[in-house]
Amino acid sequence: MVPIISHFWQILRQESAERDHDVPDRSSASSLDRALAAPAPEVNDVTTKLSTPPPQTASADRPFSRGLMPAPIPVQFLDDTGHRVQAITDDYLEPAHQQLLAAYRAMVIGRRFDIQATTLAKQGRLAVYPPSRGQEACQIGSMLALSDGDWVFPTYRDSMALVTRGLDPLEILEVPRGYSHCGYDPMATRTAPQCTPLATQLVHAAGFAFGEKRRGRPTVAMAFVGDGATSEGDFHEALNFAAVFKSPVVFLVQNNGYAISVPLSKQTAAPSLGYKGIGYGIASEQVDGNDAMAVLAVLNKAVAHARTGQGPVLVEAHTYRLDAHTNADDATRYRDSHEVDDWMRRDPIARLEAWLHREGLVDDAFVASVAQEAEAFATDVRDRMSIDPVVDPMSLFANVFATPTPQLLEQRAMVQAELDAEAEAEEASR
Amino acid sequence: MTLTAAPVASAAKLVTMSGAINRALRDAMTADPEVVVFGEDVGTLGGVFRVTDGIARDFGADRCFDTPLAEAGIVGFAVGMAMAGYRPVIELQFDAFAYPAFEQIASHVAKMRNRTSGRVHLPIVIRVPFGGGIGGVEHHCDSSEAYYAHTAGLKVVTPATVADAYTLLREAINDPDPVVFMEPKRLYWSKGSIDSAVAATTFDSFGHAAVRREGNDVTLVAYGPSLEVAMETAVAAQDEGWSVEVVDLRTIVPFDDETVVASVRKTGRCVVVQESQGFAGVGAEIAARVQERAFHSLQAPVLRVAGLDIPYPPPKLEHIHLPGVERVLDAIARLQWDDSPDIRFAVGNVNGTKGGAA
Repeated sequence: MVPIISHFWQILRQESAERDHDVPDRSSASSLDRALAAPAPEVNDVTTKLSTPPPQTASADRPFSRGLMPAPIPVQFLDDTGHRVQAITDDYLEPAHQQLLAAYRAMVIGRRFDIQATTLAKQGRLAVYPPSRGQEACQIGSMLALSDGDWVFPTYRDSMALVTRGLDPLEILEVPRGYSHCGYDPMATRTAPQCTPLATQLVHAAGFAFGEKRRGRPTVAMAFVGDGATSEGDFHEALNFAAVFKSPVVFLVQNNGYAISVPLSKQTAAPSLGYKGIGYGIASEQVDGNDAMAVLAVLNKAVAHARTGQGPVLVEAHTYRLDAHTNADDATRYRDSHEVDDWMRRDPIARLEAWLHREGLVDDAFVASVAQEAEAFATDVRDRMSIDPVVDPMSLFANVFATPTPQLLEQRAMVQAELDAEAEAEEASR
Repeated sequence: MTLTAAPVASAAKLVTMSGAINRALRDAMTADPEVVVFGEDVGTLGGVFRVTDGIARDFGADRCFDTPLAEAGIVGFAVGMAMAGYRPVIELQFDAFAYPAFEQIASHVAKMRNRTSGRVHLPIVIRVPFGGGIGGVEHHCDSSEAYYAHTAGLKVVTPATVADAYTLLREAINDPDPVVFMEPKRLYWSKGSIDSAVAATTFDSFGHAAVRREGNDVTLVAYGPSLEVAMETAVAAQDEGWSVEVVDLRTIVPFDDETVVASVRKTGRCVVVQESQGFAGVGAEIAARVQERAFHSLQAPVLRVAGLDIPYPPPKLEHIHLPGVERVLDAIARLQWDDSPDIRFAVGNVNGTKGGAA
């Protein structure tokens, strides 16, 4: 480790040891016992709808053992071949089998959706699509760690997460289809609009979660950000506000290696983006973002940490964007295929599938049925895409203000007259 | 619609504009528990202009609190709280210190209702002490209203009287849409009376300019810090034989075309007075709207008297920058009173053959 960091590490470990005196001592074994004793969520629940089973909270009241410090290397539960490895700390519980099965299923469906959307973009049926293939463990793990009452503050690249959350894929695709700026109802889905100005929605998450906490509600906000956006000022202001106000937010940095074309090495000199939380007094962690088991383990605890009033958490997930930034981007201009091949070998779905197989939790029939379900999901998206929504041009004026200004009414009348004249001309030419 | 200044109740105590804003915040917080006040130094200190004096003490640190020193953070935090059902009233300490928050304001505050098809709305009031005339050093005296007025989805309000400071702020807090509430710093210590007994539900000043003084020969359109100059000019103009009508916009957005145009149709002449630098400013918009709507009533071109197109000057020179009574009188004098055209810009190059700015 870098010497300066080692020094921090000592201070923070000392601080956390002192803090441990104030909390009831619970060994991880007894926590695990409690977790296993807890009623298991229904697997069927997640096979019928893509919403989330209740997360584990067994280790919730236990602070992170390293205080604010992230692990020196990313937390990992499964290696690249899907073999169980000793997790780097005992902070984390192995996720329940039901949650892992749900994650597997959602990752397969999520990837199929992502591939479908990329295809639609290539066909010109979507104006643009920012894919997240390769990032399934982060996209799905973050959603399965939440409860139904929690909120999500996503970016434009988190469509797969929103599909997992149970949002209608057609509503998600309304934006790239060009029909609206946000196709779903944020209030009803507890999902903020997918945010394009980088990191700006993180501050909203801090304010929103504080507002919920102030009302005594147990809501947690899951806020997404990419590696590039950690350079934005709003990322830092969000961390600082969340820490000062103890907002129950989990900030998930999906470090997928590139901000469009700019590699992480040009983005930061920090040894890990996880370290960026320390200066703000935020418990921080880094995790293998292609290891669904590790992502779930870390985020389950991070969510519980936030929910139990211990403040926000910053998690850096090391992952990789297998596709280009969008269909308009050419990734071969800035990275070589060997790098992509390397990451293909660390595929999050194959990794979890291998482990599930080895443990006897899935068989070929189950894998085939999930694949079939994913195919049906994609078919449904394609089929429904064939119907174009009707958008009323007058809606342009409806939501600038609650009540249009006289000037907007004037412009609305002008547009209406133009449309009427057009319709009349069309009628006459028939 | 024509409104005059709120009637002064005989027993009404005089308060400063800063005190009137404080009173409006308190009354709004009492009326609605969802109203929360936050920003830099607004808690214990009561704000650098003492606008929030005693509010944290009387309403608790839960309702009025200090934040970290980061304007984008303050505005973004307010967006989140508004999404959670609150009505945040936030202070951005000085005009030029609000710029770091511009992305949050332009990309989120202004657009949220629109981009969510009306499903999320943000009843946020962003208070911005603005303008010069207080001998402030650089970055403390900007007139930034045009940036906000140009951004669709924001209401932009600036009170010019003590009574308006109270009622317009109450109305801003009640409004379902985000409001940038621009407080003229130079008027913080001006005195007037407020009638806080007026029920919040009767507030309807938004989009309604006030005719502050009636006249027949020329209309001066002003807002916020420039109203005082316009009113003083109207008095001085009387000696020259000009009867001047003064219109106070009160809200730049929504803009009251009706009152402004009705006044110009009556007087036939119009001068817009603004403290902000003139180029591409609010005054330019007003001049354009007036000539579009009252062209056939105009006896002379619509003129603007504005700040110079320079970065805000150091305190010892600000009097040259700021439009004063003399400069406004000079503009009125150019309004073709003897039927001879104003040829300043008609011959030679487009900047005129002689010196002098519009």
